Amino acid sequence: MYNFTFHRPTTVRQAAGLLARNPEGKLLAGGHSLLPVMKQRLAQPSALVDLSQVEGMTGVELKGRSVVIGAMTRHADVAKSDVLKEVLPGLASVPGSIGDPQVRNRGTIGGSIANNDPNADYPAACLGLGATIITNKRRIAADDFFTGMFSTALEDGEIIVKVSFPIAKKAAYEKFKHPASGFALVGVFVSKRGPDIRVAVTGAGSNGVFRVKSFEEALAKRFSPKSIEGMTIPANGMNSDIHATPEYRAHLVGVLAKRALAKATA
Amino acid sequence: MTANGIGVPVRRKEDFRFITGQGQYTDDVVRPGETRAVFVRSPHAHAKIRKIDVAAAKAMPGVVDVLTGAQLAGDKVGNLICGWMIHSKDGTPMKMAPHPALAATTVNHVGDAVAVVIAETTAQGKDAAEKVVVDYEVLPAVVDPSKAQAKGTPQIHPDVPDNTIYQWHLGDQKAVEAAFKAAKHITKLDIVNNRLVPNAMEPRAALADYDAGNDSLTLWNTSQNPHVARLVISAFVGIAPEHKLRVIAPDVGGGFGSKIFIYPEEVVCLWASRKVKRPVKWTSERSEAFLTDAHGRDHVTHAELALDSNGKILALRARTIANLGAYMSTFSSSVPTYLYATLLSGQYDIPQIYCEVDAVYTNTVPVDAYRGAGRPEATFVVERLVEVAARQLGLDPTDLRKRNFIKNFPHQTPVIMSYDAGDYNASLKKAMELADVKSFGKRKRESARHGKIRGIGYSTYIEACGIAPSQAVGSLGAGVGLWESAEVRVNPTGSVEVLTGTHAHGQGHETTFAQLVSERLGIPFDSVSIVHGDTDKVQFGMGTYGSRSGAVGMSAIVKALDKIEAKAKKVAGFMMEASENDIEFKDGKFTVKGTDKSVGFGDVALNAYIAHKFTGAELEPGLKETSFYDPTNFTFPAGCHICEVEIDQETGKTDIVNWVAVDDFGTVINPMIVEGQVHGGIAQGVGQALLEGAVYDANGQLVTGSMMDYTMPRAHDLPSFHVGLTETKSPSNPLGIKGCGEAGAIAAPAAVINAITDALGTEDIAMPATANAVWAAMQRTSPKAA
Amino acid sequence: MAQVSMTVNGKPVTGDVEPRTLLVQFLRENLRLTGTHVGCDTSQCGACVVHVDGIAAKSCTTLAVQCEGQSITTIEGLATADGKLHPMQEAFRENHGLQCGYCTPGMIMAALDIVRRNGHELDEHTIREQLDGNICRCTGYHNIVKAIEAGARAMAK
Repeated sequence: MYNFTFHRPTTVRQAAGLLARNPEGKLLAGGHSLLPVMKQRLAQPSALVDLSQVEGMTGVELKGRSVVIGAMTRHADVAKSDVLKEVLPGLASVPGSIGDPQVRNRGTIGGSIANNDPNADYPAACLGLGATIITNKRRIAADDFFTGMFSTALEDGEIIVKVSFPIAKKAAYEKFKHPASGFALVGVFVSKRGPDIRVAVTGAGSNGVFRVKSFEEALAKRFSPKSIEGMTIPANGMNSDIHATPEYRAHLVGVLAKRALAKATA
Repeated sequence: MTANGIGVPVRRKEDFRFITGQGQYTDDVVRPGETRAVFVRSPHAHAKIRKIDVAAAKAMPGVVDVLTGAQLAGDKVGNLICGWMIHSKDGTPMKMAPHPALAATTVNHVGDAVAVVIAETTAQGKDAAEKVVVDYEVLPAVVDPSKAQAKGTPQIHPDVPDNTIYQWHLGDQKAVEAAFKAAKHITKLDIVNNRLVPNAMEPRAALADYDAGNDSLTLWNTSQNPHVARLVISAFVGIAPEHKLRVIAPDVGGGFGSKIFIYPEEVVCLWASRKVKRPVKWTSERSEAFLTDAHGRDHVTHAELALDSNGKILALRARTIANLGAYMSTFSSSVPTYLYATLLSGQYDIPQIYCEVDAVYTNTVPVDAYRGAGRPEATFVVERLVEVAARQLGLDPTDLRKRNFIKNFPHQTPVIMSYDAGDYNASLKKAMELADVKSFGKRKRESARHGKIRGIGYSTYIEACGIAPSQAVGSLGAGVGLWESAEVRVNPTGSVEVLTGTHAHGQGHETTFAQLVSERLGIPFDSVSIVHGDTDKVQFGMGTYGSRSGAVGMSAIVKALDKIEAKAKKVAGFMMEASENDIEFKDGKFTVKGTDKSVGFGDVALNAYIAHKFTGAELEPGLKETSFYDPTNFTFPAGCHICEVEIDQETGKTDIVNWVAVDDFGTVINPMIVEGQVHGGIAQGVGQALLEGAVYDANGQLVTGSMMDYTMPRAHDLPSFHVGLTETKSPSNPLGIKGCGEAGAIAAPAAVINAITDALGTEDIAMPATANAVWAAMQRTSPKAA
Repeated sequence: MAQVSMTVNGKPVTGDVEPRTLLVQFLRENLRLTGTHVGCDTSQCGACVVHVDGIAAKSCTTLAVQCEGQSITTIEGLATADGKLHPMQEAFRENHGLQCGYCTPGMIMAALDIVRRNGHELDEHTIREQLDGNICRCTGYHNIVKAIEAGARAMAK
């Protein structure tokens, strides 16, 4: 790891100020994406601004017809939230599949979303539910937020404060784990909220998380695994590595979508 | 049997320090003034070093020195060597290319070290290592072993044409050809035995400390065989004479073969410590381990089995290309030859066997022994051939095996080995009972109802352990003898220290060896300490690998205990004024035959040291004996593993739903420890079959360079195992032990692949059988099913 | 350099560290608590697991400065002062849940976190799933699973 200066603000405003004064600096949330990259000397931030002491950035709250999760809420805490398990169990199951227990004890939703790893789970949940990412500056719809692998709509100095998920009546996540890393080899989040039907896929696409319009259209008639029976997506544009060919990933998208639908409609 | 004697599942002595965090591994040892070594490694698989500029690195904060391969060569530090000579079939010796500890002119694999930074801290060393400027002329790389010998392929080492180290063979080629001509059925298979990364959880480490006052060096090292390390580093690398080099292998966190070998890093730390006159420590990071620890397996094989119309095996032939990587590691040459082809008879009476092996250089990490070493590769060839032959002939695979099992012992195979004892029917029968094979059909139908395909696979394996009779291995090319030593020191208070030349890195020698001593001398288990891993304490020994510590190491202890008993009887004779011939020793007591006169072991120990009852002229004081035991034969552990899998039809994911292992290890000292060894071996074998595989790209970059890409078996990848034993004692050593450390890793891969191919109905599946690979195989056979 | 203060195994400690110092380095090198190990460099193996304010964390993926003011428990802090082993430590010994011992401290610390999250009655499936962050190369996990099941029960007593 290269050296850096370390800062511990207690307010979002202070954190933003520190980022402004350290243009090469980075926010440190749970650290479970950033620190491994820094250990490999693949990132060299001049400063780390640790958000752990910032007030009001944790917790899972029911607000009207949405669930709002503080950006610094650890995966383990989201997973065990009673509120979430009751109103949106499909989302509650997502953090429980991230990494491993120790990673879930430290990693945060905000960190995961800001990093937008193309194999991460939360981006699928955000896009699959049509979440709103709330920063210190604005509200960004998930559809506009994820702009490509490791790339988001966040501007310099912008800090995710919370994420608001609309409560969908039917929602579920299915994941096929990468056997070594535990990331999603393919993960599919499906949801139905009134007429808004979403199928979001992570891990598969070479450009990060994406929606499967063909599945969504088929599901508009009937939100059921049967509606997409036999449907696939093109292998073209899928990731390829030693663990999965593009064809296999494309195949898994169909399989997992059906399984998620079965779960969501059970 | 005593409370803690042979056959009892005694809880381990060594555990207290490990469960309380008080183990002392190499990186835990700290020497005053210690510096850290950080290596500058080649990012290229094959390149010429034009120039190295260390000026900027030397100026970095905390840097003590920066040393290069040119300096190493200038100091006449010798090359690393391979200690087992193999001759090609034309009689020419193997072609061992130079392996300097730091490359000076050419790098031959990604990770090859070219320079080392000695710094106050690791972080400072890394900062400085980035400032070392190496000017490389990148050369084309050779990666695929099956193409390494082709004309036009780049040559890696100047004196090794066609990148071919040797072209070796074993067996009677003409007789095999004749048998194949006469055969009614021939089964053919093309097999890739996938390359594995050992990944002992403790990364390798070395701490070298130069004592200028005595011009001597001490090396703490993650070694399975510290004496061999000292011998090689002294006699071949020439760092220091043997009596001026002490090697300590303290607690070592797993080895699996990878810590047998003599590596560049320990040589460089020793050399650097003398240069900077301070202790130098290097601790590998995992990503460094992937690039530098000797890998395992990596065979490409075509194999054929000839059978008659009754399913009787007539002959087997195999042609293998073995990838040894960029340099010949310490014992690399022996693995695909005498540890491989000699086991191609399996548990079967096969009249004729012929095997050809070409060993080749590639621009990859060196390959050497990894748990099982040659025997897993042989077992995979034999057990796949037999299973496939049975399917092709429409026979039950267990039936074909039974028809061909060796039933009479000793049995001389056509490939050197003379099996001394075994009962292969017994282990198969017991395993089939434990696995409830009879109800498999019912389970298969039940799985089908849940969209899963169930398969069952067998592996009736054999291995040769107790490595090994020195004369035999010497005649086959080994540079060392493979005996073992033991020294038993009885203290005046009656407690005992046993110094052994074996080395434990997870095997529990401190417990099992103490069980033997406790039972034999009739003294409390807690009064026995086992000492190993320090060349200043143990005079010499060959270390631990090849499942040899029980069969060879404990036999040496038995011999030393025989001598202790003989001398103790003399002491007791003086004490009780009786002839030593009239003294009987039982349960810790020396008794004059036919009388009630007796003395305890502790009394005898004390009298041996005070020597008040005898004069030194009659009997030397003291009670300490040494023995060197050279085995008379290999031992032949064997058994049957049965694996049951369920495959998800949609995703291709394979779950192991049942595992039965019935092994014959001869005498078992501690069944708890033996079962643990079986569990661990199976896990590594399952890892090879389902999960693990080192992959290089065409440029020689290791794609699986971390645990993010290389799939290590985790708890949820494995089931609980059902482990049983049968027993035929080894007639070749005093305790009847055969060895258990590698069996699981040897047996498992074939059992898994036989189960998967049984489920899929195609033999066309390579290891590791990942979900993607199984799904693709299903697509090839019945595209609509998936 | 930054100053960091925390409580380790019940004792207050203070150290001057570079901000880039990992918690595991601080424990091993500054405090000489070498029971916590490093088995990988990608946050996969779990040999480095300690408890931060009672919750299991990978100390190789945590900066020492992130633990300012927090309470750390390492493997060295589990047995009582008079040497009585924690029931989970005892269970690992009793069930032969270790061989080379290198992954063991992390395994035991992770096992305690499994109990914290899942209670004392653990089935095999739960234990295997929850051991996802810890790699052992020796045991094949069979006896580790048994040890955790037994240790969890013993802790309830």
